[in-house]
Amino acid sequence: MSLYFTKEHEWLRVDGDVAVVGISKHAAEALGDIVFAETPEAGRDLSKGDDAAVVESVKAASDVYAPASGEVLEGNEALADNPGLVNEDPEGEGWFFKMKLANQGELDGMMDEAAYRAWCETL
Amino acid sequence: MTQAELLPLDEWHKAQGARMVPFAGYMMPVQYEGIIAEHLWTREHAGLFDVSHMGQILLEGDNVDAALERLMPGDFAILMDGRLRYSMLLNEEGGIIDDLMVTRRGDHFYLVVNGATKAGDIENLKARLSDEIRLTHMTGQALLALQGPRAADVLAALAPEVADLSFMQGMHCRIAGVEAWVSRSGYTGEDGFEISMANEDAATIADALVADERVRPVGLGARDSLRLEAGLPLYGHDLDEEVTPVMAGLNFAIGKRRREEGGFAGDRRIMAELADGPAACRVGILVEGRQPVREGAEILDDEGNEVGRITSGGHSPSLGRPIAMGYVAAPLSQAGTHLKVEQRGKLFSAEVTPMPFVPHRYHRKQGK
Repeated sequence: MSLYFTKEHEWLRVDGDVAVVGISKHAAEALGDIVFAETPEAGRDLSKGDDAAVVESVKAASDVYAPASGEVLEGNEALADNPGLVNEDPEGEGWFFKMKLANQGELDGMMDEAAYRAWCETL
Repeated sequence: MTQAELLPLDEWHKAQGARMVPFAGYMMPVQYEGIIAEHLWTREHAGLFDVSHMGQILLEGDNVDAALERLMPGDFAILMDGRLRYSMLLNEEGGIIDDLMVTRRGDHFYLVVNGATKAGDIENLKARLSDEIRLTHMTGQALLALQGPRAADVLAALAPEVADLSFMQGMHCRIAGVEAWVSRSGYTGEDGFEISMANEDAATIADALVADERVRPVGLGARDSLRLEAGLPLYGHDLDEEVTPVMAGLNFAIGKRRREEGGFAGDRRIMAELADGPAACRVGILVEGRQPVREGAEILDDEGNEVGRITSGGHSPSLGRPIAMGYVAAPLSQAGTHLKVEQRGKLFSAEVTPMPFVPHRYHRKQGK
């Protein structure tokens, strides 16, 4: 299993051709208190960069983009009743969706955890 | 774009862990520990807000009350010393240039106006008031607000005389050894105070207040969610020059004598709206589900016709659900009216509801 991060502050935990996707701790802290999250339905085909999910903090609405192309396997239903999970455990229980990757080559341009954390320090 | 100015308490906020953002030309604390926690703390204990971006203005001269009555719909002639009124600076069509607080303080009037509009207000007042009235923009004064059910106990521990103030009354007093003007007023729906003091004394008072464990600093984010729950309009969003006091549902700020006599900017239109009702009015809106609807979302009737716009909306931390306010055509303004709200292509069911969303808890003395 390997962990990838994007410059959009999303993470992918990849196991074979399946990725769990969420937003980083840095992103969750920047958003502040999250009061609503809408995750994609299973079966939806996503192209890299598509709007995949919605997250709303007290202050504003933001889109969660598909960090890679593929088919949605499952949205995190726990977020509907408890969107605060994204603040409590953004890189764990607060995941947004699972997807089957269409093209693992898309992972190549992403950062590993150390590179991502170092990059966040520079922001 | 000019550089945002720093508040007198800029360093203090940073030391308290604030996240600073540009707002109304200043770097302002938007949050410290988190908006929801700060919001709920204010409802249960006491929150300290820095509102030094707001404009504090002194007006001196003969008959300032009569001069103000030409520009605002309040009855200032009967306003007693040390009392304040919520009022509005109106254009000649009755549109709202700003909403503000007006206090009679001895031989002068003290105004507190919105930060984003203060420069325009001062220009407007100078142009419309006679030269015999001296206007002073009190740039040497900071402004703090202490709000919440514990605010009175906290402040009375430092200045016992403030316990005698009732809602919309003010006095000079000393807090932690420094001079301040304190009024029992605020923008959260809770009991509380607004405290004006010299810029260089602001940290002394802020430190004395947060030294009390019932007090935590609260940022702009929670200030917005608190005032929304309290049904209080925010200038530039829920109020602007296209809107009259009657449309905004602020009839309480139009004095009884003023309604009969007129004599203020926009009086003909406003008196007609008082008699016949306005074409559109500000209402509270409860939105179904969990997703907030925000400023700019369209309000639709059952047949899908646009009948208004959301002017403020968001998550209510106290109610744990989305709430909003907006303007709708008058026939749709009755509580219980079903509406739809459209935001980013998505339709939400909504219902007109009385405001405030969370009851006010102002300190009004019995028998007054």
